[in-house]
Amino acid sequence: MNIRGLLTLLLAGLAGPLCAAPQIGQAAPDFAGTDTAGQVQRLSDYHGRTVVLEWTNHDCPYVRKHYGSGTMQALQRDAVAQGVVWLSIISSAPGKQGHVSAAQADALTRDRDASPSAVVLDEQGEIGRLYGAKTTPHMFVVDADGVLRYMGGIDSISSADPADIATAQPYVRTVLAQLASGEPVQPAVTRPYGCSVKY
Amino acid sequence: MRRLLPALLLLSCFGISTLHADTVARTSQVTLTLLAEPAGYTPGRPLWLALRFDLIPQWHVYWRNPGDSGEAPRVAWQLPGGWRGGELQWPVPQRIAVGPLLNYGYADSVMLLAEVTPAAAATGAAALHADVRWLVCREECIPQQARLDLTLSVADDGTTTDPRFDAARARLPGALGGDADYRVADGRIRLRLTGGGLTPAADAALWFAADRWGPIAPSAPQRWAIDGDRLTLDLAAGEVPPSAAEPLSGLLVVGDDASRRGYTVSARAAPADDRTRTASGDSHAATIGLALAIGLAFVGGLLLNLMPCVLPVLSIKLLSLVGRHDGHTGRHGIAYSAGVLLTFALLAALLSSLRATGAMLGWGFQLQEPVIVVALMYLMLTLGMNLSGVFGFGGGLAGVGQTAAGRPGLRGSFASGVLAVVVASPCTAPFMGTALGYALTRPVMESTLVFVALGTGFALPLLLLSLQPAWLRLLPRPGPWMERLRQALAFPLYATAAWLLWVLSQQLAAGPLAAALAGGVLLAFGLWWLGQTWRRTWSRRLPAAVLLTGGLVCAVVAATPDRGERASGGAAADAWSTGRVAQLRAAGAPVLVNFTAAWCITCKVNEQVALDTRAVVETLDAHGVAYLKADWTRRDAKITAELQRHGRSGVPLYLLYAAGDPEPRVLPQLLTERSVLDAIADIGIGKPEKTP
Repeated sequence: MNIRGLLTLLLAGLAGPLCAAPQIGQAAPDFAGTDTAGQVQRLSDYHGRTVVLEWTNHDCPYVRKHYGSGTMQALQRDAVAQGVVWLSIISSAPGKQGHVSAAQADALTRDRDASPSAVVLDEQGEIGRLYGAKTTPHMFVVDADGVLRYMGGIDSISSADPADIATAQPYVRTVLAQLASGEPVQPAVTRPYGCSVKY
Repeated sequence: MRRLLPALLLLSCFGISTLHADTVARTSQVTLTLLAEPAGYTPGRPLWLALRFDLIPQWHVYWRNPGDSGEAPRVAWQLPGGWRGGELQWPVPQRIAVGPLLNYGYADSVMLLAEVTPAAAATGAAALHADVRWLVCREECIPQQARLDLTLSVADDGTTTDPRFDAARARLPGALGGDADYRVADGRIRLRLTGGGLTPAADAALWFAADRWGPIAPSAPQRWAIDGDRLTLDLAAGEVPPSAAEPLSGLLVVGDDASRRGYTVSARAAPADDRTRTASGDSHAATIGLALAIGLAFVGGLLLNLMPCVLPVLSIKLLSLVGRHDGHTGRHGIAYSAGVLLTFALLAALLSSLRATGAMLGWGFQLQEPVIVVALMYLMLTLGMNLSGVFGFGGGLAGVGQTAAGRPGLRGSFASGVLAVVVASPCTAPFMGTALGYALTRPVMESTLVFVALGTGFALPLLLLSLQPAWLRLLPRPGPWMERLRQALAFPLYATAAWLLWVLSQQLAAGPLAAALAGGVLLAFGLWWLGQTWRRTWSRRLPAAVLLTGGLVCAVVAATPDRGERASGGAAADAWSTGRVAQLRAAGAPVLVNFTAAWCITCKVNEQVALDTRAVVETLDAHGVAYLKADWTRRDAKITAELQRHGRSGVPLYLLYAAGDPEPRVLPQLLTERSVLDAIADIGIGKPEKTP
């Protein structure tokens, strides 16, 4: 085996903890992360409310697809208006693509007219690894009882082309509507698509 | 070899058959070429098209299943009317690690092939268009697209081959004969390939990639073992594990470099059979019934009374009862029992809450913390010196020690119950492995019941004696012999201290060990001083306090060295790790794993009477059984996890892996030479061949 093969194996071995993905129907792992205002954001603080976790990296083309077209912001607005808590989480390590300071993150929120409840800076990747977040975007929805109800893609068409948004099934929007009306969440697990999270 | 588009079109227009019909698109990272073989078409005869990606270093494009992230290239063909085909055929990808994630894709250069069949009635120049979209990534990703046009004329000779296509076809996955099935259990997938004819080297990089997202977790480590013509892979299930109705399809790849070979696999779901039910039911924690656990705990509690670290405490308590005869012995017995039960209930609650917070703990964990070992050793030393008569307990000194000396009062009896449990804890593991493992994996209510049963068994003998003073009177009358017995009972305590010291020597380097010993001497000196200045003024007794404090400081200094400065003991066996087990099993070797700890007496006895005997050592050696030791003397999260995987919360645990069998056999906790030899024979490797 050559060096690259060894390296790949080694890295694959180190990746072990990431495969412990959270389970649908089980309590979503609690976390404590600092947001751009310096506040500690805990999942458990939002017991009683639906929480959306959005992994993001503003330079990733797949994230730009959904922000450039305004669909992500619209979804955030609608969700927050319904009382949903929307946490955007940035797990890019320092020096990696998408890593931002609190001020830069706030500027991005402002410039893109986004409406997350908070932007959590997870530069150590702890929350990302806890949830097995693999892509940007990678979406998780936790219900009012703290149970994980959805994990996967933002919608059904894996592409970086904004033209595909119109014909894609809007998974997260559907999940929020289903939760609001008490229907079962379907589908609960989909393929997350996008750039890798830059751990 | 690449021609410019205008030149090509020009040539085509003139109807001149070119050697290669290539068109090219370029981005900063990728040169994409559309090729055809042969360069001209024959109506009705299939021909090959190829999208060739040439990438600058460090960048890659993806396989049909990109893995944890990324996206596969896509092509939309526009073919002339009546032409068919165009589905992409994917060469064997390589694994590309991106941080903790894993992708499948291609670096340097790759040709995605597609076979198309021209219409039988086709005539003249045929214009083909390919709209290609792809994602190219280093760590950051760029989506790109290109439209490639290719015009093919009718060729006289439709059989010309192109060496570039030959090379590309050689990189497509092959077929594997035989049978493939898979089974999902507990988040793992066991993929079994029988009769495929693969003979990978033991150290080969062999891996499986599902052909779509969902069934397996790409970034999870994979294990494989080969036994004869059967290859077994152990995979972590992905977010959407395959359901029984559908096959698990993908690629089996041998190698990670350019010479890697891949084989398509479509495994059907294996029907459940008894064998696997037994294997998956092997976890003691899952199957042992609550009633059985409670029964076991009760018997274990009874047996605890005989343990060397408990007997002295009980004897002391008993002596104090013998001396009483005041008609209140029953109340003392009840108080003692209450102390025992409450302590066990508290331990259950503590373990449950620790488990709830996710701490990787197991029974016996107290002894993995040097500070606890030092504290217990000093406690034994103190109690021993008290029994030896060096000093007497008066008011004000540690209440726990007081009660050991049979301090009057119901509170004293209660406290001695508490002390008995604390002192007994190192002895419980050998008897209670299964029941405690059960308790640790059950809801709080059930585990509390098990612990209370344990406590009931533990408290019962003394309770009975105290409730039936008639039986107590069968015991010898008090007399001077009691003092002698008391002094004699100091020695089991010294022995316990010596044993704890030995445990400590496994955990600490020489320096901290010396500090712990010096602390012991200071402690002894202080206790002696205390004895000499008994009933004197506080000022006379001050030095004792100083000495005792000095002893405790030494203990703290000793017990807080940097972790990991000491290697584990130099046993003949190799050190255990999951990787080592996988490696050995991959090499086809049966493996025996001994989960042990220096402070585990059962483990040491098993090693003496069974594992280290000549017959066992020779049998292991003769049949190539690899012997691994997992030393749990100090806390080790990996070992704790493995123990829990087998339903145990403590050592000993003995696992015997037969070659090629994915699940190990669990040997009993109490070993004999015979049972080990039988177990080895049982897995079909043990019967020594009779040499004529």
